[in-house]
Amino acid sequence: METLSILLMIFILASAIAVAFTKNLTVAAVVFMGQSLVMSLVWILLESPDLGITEAAVGAGIDSLLLFAALRRIHAVDAEKGGRHGQAA
Amino acid sequence: MARLRDDWEHSPWRNFLRWLREGDDALDRAMIASLDAPAPELREETAPEAPALPAEEPLSEKRRRRLRAIYIALSVLLCVGIIGVLVRTAGSLPSFGGAENPANNEVSRRYIEQGLQETGAVNLVAGMILDYRAFDTLGESNVLFAAACAVMLLLRALGWREGGTELPGHEPHSDIILQKISMVLVPLILLYGMYVILNGHLSPGGGFSGGAVMGAGLILCANAFGIEVTRRFFTFRTFQLVSLFALSFYALSKAYSFFTGANGLHSFITAGTPGRIFSAGLIPYLNLAVGLVVCCTMYGLYGVFRRGDV
Repeated sequence: METLSILLMIFILASAIAVAFTKNLTVAAVVFMGQSLVMSLVWILLESPDLGITEAAVGAGIDSLLLFAALRRIHAVDAEKGGRHGQAA
Repeated sequence: MARLRDDWEHSPWRNFLRWLREGDDALDRAMIASLDAPAPELREETAPEAPALPAEEPLSEKRRRRLRAIYIALSVLLCVGIIGVLVRTAGSLPSFGGAENPANNEVSRRYIEQGLQETGAVNLVAGMILDYRAFDTLGESNVLFAAACAVMLLLRALGWREGGTELPGHEPHSDIILQKISMVLVPLILLYGMYVILNGHLSPGGGFSGGAVMGAGLILCANAFGIEVTRRFFTFRTFQLVSLFALSFYALSKAYSFFTGANGLHSFITAGTPGRIFSAGLIPYLNLAVGLVVCCTMYGLYGVFRRGDV
């Protein structure tokens, strides 16, 4: 259990640094999502399942959805090749 | 008078203000204009023919550099000062988990020892945030509500100006994989969200987390099956009504703390048998109100971000 939480902590630190240094905004949003997901696991390991559920729903779910929607709004996703498939109306 | 104003026009203070307000571009434009403009004595002669732009003062390169240096020095000083204050504060914090820490006082002991009898909530966290500290939670709900209002005001107005609720080509309408998976997942997600909300006083979770889960389910539904499907039961009107009634219910049941302070009132709604679904006084209903507001707000925020309308 100790090893697991240390591994998760290292992942959180690494992804936090990666978010700050990523040039690509979409990649940054995805990495942020992963960090929130691992953070919710850490909350459960720290015996606070309340926070775990909230972190998973808000941090990994709604937050990243809003980030993606905002990226669409400022046309940061469209600018990339293969960023989306489907109608290019 | 003219003399005075002339001095003000050229004073470094005014340039600094202008630089703060308008940035480097304005200064560059001012310099270009001053180069293009006739020499000052000529300009005085041709003064009656007012130039289109207000007279831009010339600004020497030296003065500009000096302003920039002052600005950088001030910002560095400010940053170092704030960092110093923060580091000093962090250094004087009590050590983690110490028995003498201010957080270990009679308040938390009281919550832990008597929370179950006094609130009837098996989930002590729900008992704390929706009974003892319900007033704080009311403030938090209002913060979320105010944020949603601001986003709606800004983005809905933008959506209308773009002439239509749908931004072109952004909605994946007929993705068969997404639809088939959503058909299984959306009911489960919504059910789980309701479970988390309704069992908020019995098990981990509560209004906020359950509402966020339900909001995510609604967003998935709207993405998989198109906005027309969710429009059948969720429009901007629904958002308005649910927010109004849920927030008013919460405010009506807890706003007496304005007058009674933190002590609360003796409630005529009994705590009931801890562990039952209808127990813990008002907590399940407050959880439901918070959950509905959060669900609608999350879905509405996503909608206005995505389409400019709910």
